[in-house]
Amino acid sequence: MEIDNKKAHELKKDFPIFKNNKGLIYLDNAATSQRPQVVIDSIKDFSEKNNANIQRGLYTLSEKAMKKYNEARKIITKFINANEKEIIFTKNTTEALNLLSYTISEIISKEKDEILLTEMEHHSNLVPWQQLAKRNNMKLKFIKIKDDFTLDLEDAKNKITDKTALVSIVHASNVLGTINPIKEIISLAKEKKALTIIDAAQSASHIKIDVKDLDCDFLAFSGHKLLGPIGIGVLYGKQELLEKLPPFLFGGGMIKKVTYEDSEFADLPEKFEAGTQNISETIALAEAIKYVQEIGLENISKWESELFEYALKKLEELGDIEIYSPKKNNISILSFNPKGIHGHDVASLLNEDNIAIRAGHNCAMPLLEKLNIPSVSRVSLAFYNTFEDIDSLAQSLSKIKTKFN
Amino acid sequence: MTSEAGDIYREYILDLYKNPHNFGILENATHKHEEFNQMCGDKIKVFLDIKEGKVKDIKFDGEGCAISMASASLITDKVKNMPAEQIKDLGSQFVLDLMRIPIGTSRMKCALLPLEAIKRALN
Repeated sequence: MEIDNKKAHELKKDFPIFKNNKGLIYLDNAATSQRPQVVIDSIKDFSEKNNANIQRGLYTLSEKAMKKYNEARKIITKFINANEKEIIFTKNTTEALNLLSYTISEIISKEKDEILLTEMEHHSNLVPWQQLAKRNNMKLKFIKIKDDFTLDLEDAKNKITDKTALVSIVHASNVLGTINPIKEIISLAKEKKALTIIDAAQSASHIKIDVKDLDCDFLAFSGHKLLGPIGIGVLYGKQELLEKLPPFLFGGGMIKKVTYEDSEFADLPEKFEAGTQNISETIALAEAIKYVQEIGLENISKWESELFEYALKKLEELGDIEIYSPKKNNISILSFNPKGIHGHDVASLLNEDNIAIRAGHNCAMPLLEKLNIPSVSRVSLAFYNTFEDIDSLAQSLSKIKTKFN
Repeated sequence: MTSEAGDIYREYILDLYKNPHNFGILENATHKHEEFNQMCGDKIKVFLDIKEGKVKDIKFDGEGCAISMASASLITDKVKNMPAEQIKDLGSQFVLDLMRIPIGTSRMKCALLPLEAIKRALN
């Protein structure tokens, strides 16, 4: 279904948060998205009708829970065109990347000692690799950002060498909104036999992801940025690679056979899913994906781009606003600073008009340091946002500017 | 604007943000310290010249929101000539009395950052 402003107003009604918070203008979707009724109902429904632990139960209720869980895995698997052994459920993107950073040494060849990231990584795709570099005495390198806030592909070409063990890059920046040319970078990395990891936390709700087409080795995303609940994330990995990795968490559910002395581990994906999983959240995430697929990611991103252009125009009209986002090829994230006004003041005063935005370092301190700004105000859009939301933002910003000048 | 944020951005707070007091660097500082607010990226550096146990001069440098910058101006004005030992006992109430605005939990860190920096400089 194609989305226009009228349709966006209708879609907003699917999200009870807006009914319960009258007048809320939610522009912090990159932090967490809101949940449609179907997702909320799914969690309630599971608790009321199907709650049991899975795998261990030899009774009808447990079987019902198991069936729902398996269906959910199928839906989530198909969403990124993987196979069912390649999807590992985690808490979120951060946990998925940590899992990798703790296990990946096993598949890195000895002569490779460089980890390549970009200058625009979220802390979650930086800190775990810093720790791996320290443990294994490896070097960290960063692909540069150009003045237009896009990635410098020439620099990428120079930095991907025979020494590169892995390239881990963000699909779309949570600060700048830049959509990175991951296909090109993945293919450059393949030429040098480097492992490729994609942080799709921001992109999964905006861009169709096809892991076969991308040919990345690993990819991670979070449910709660994709209209799903908090506490469920996904790590995709190519089957042959996941089979070579050692388990990350040990315990129940991830074993085949246990004696007092030793254990034999389960096959994929259970090998990486120790302990009772977030069963109802997983099922709810599948509901969120079904909801997104019904609207269509192409329609979602088309409308969001329209909104983004409108927001950009409105902010430019206000004047004296520094913008830190590329104007094209953007995931619908607009970072800015009205001249002479700190992000925290902007967010506090916008909140007075019931407008929710993020301000601060946005979990990317080195990036802000590089851009030489202490803090940034960030507007991040979703398909349930409307032109009127942007108009309110512009009006409120105009008032704030008057107050400070 | 009726709730908290509307109230905290009073004219004198905004004036202090635009024209801070004691802003700059003290070349002959006997004590200095840089403090960060990780949450919002505020950065403040304080310089103190302590003579015979008293604050002879104090300056601050850095960047931050209106609340942290106004707080820094008001605190540095107030602690001039104060015995260093007395500063160590100052707490959040001291800052709130100076600011005269209702500061909620989310902005308390901003308001307290300058005092924190001064206390650490003296340690």
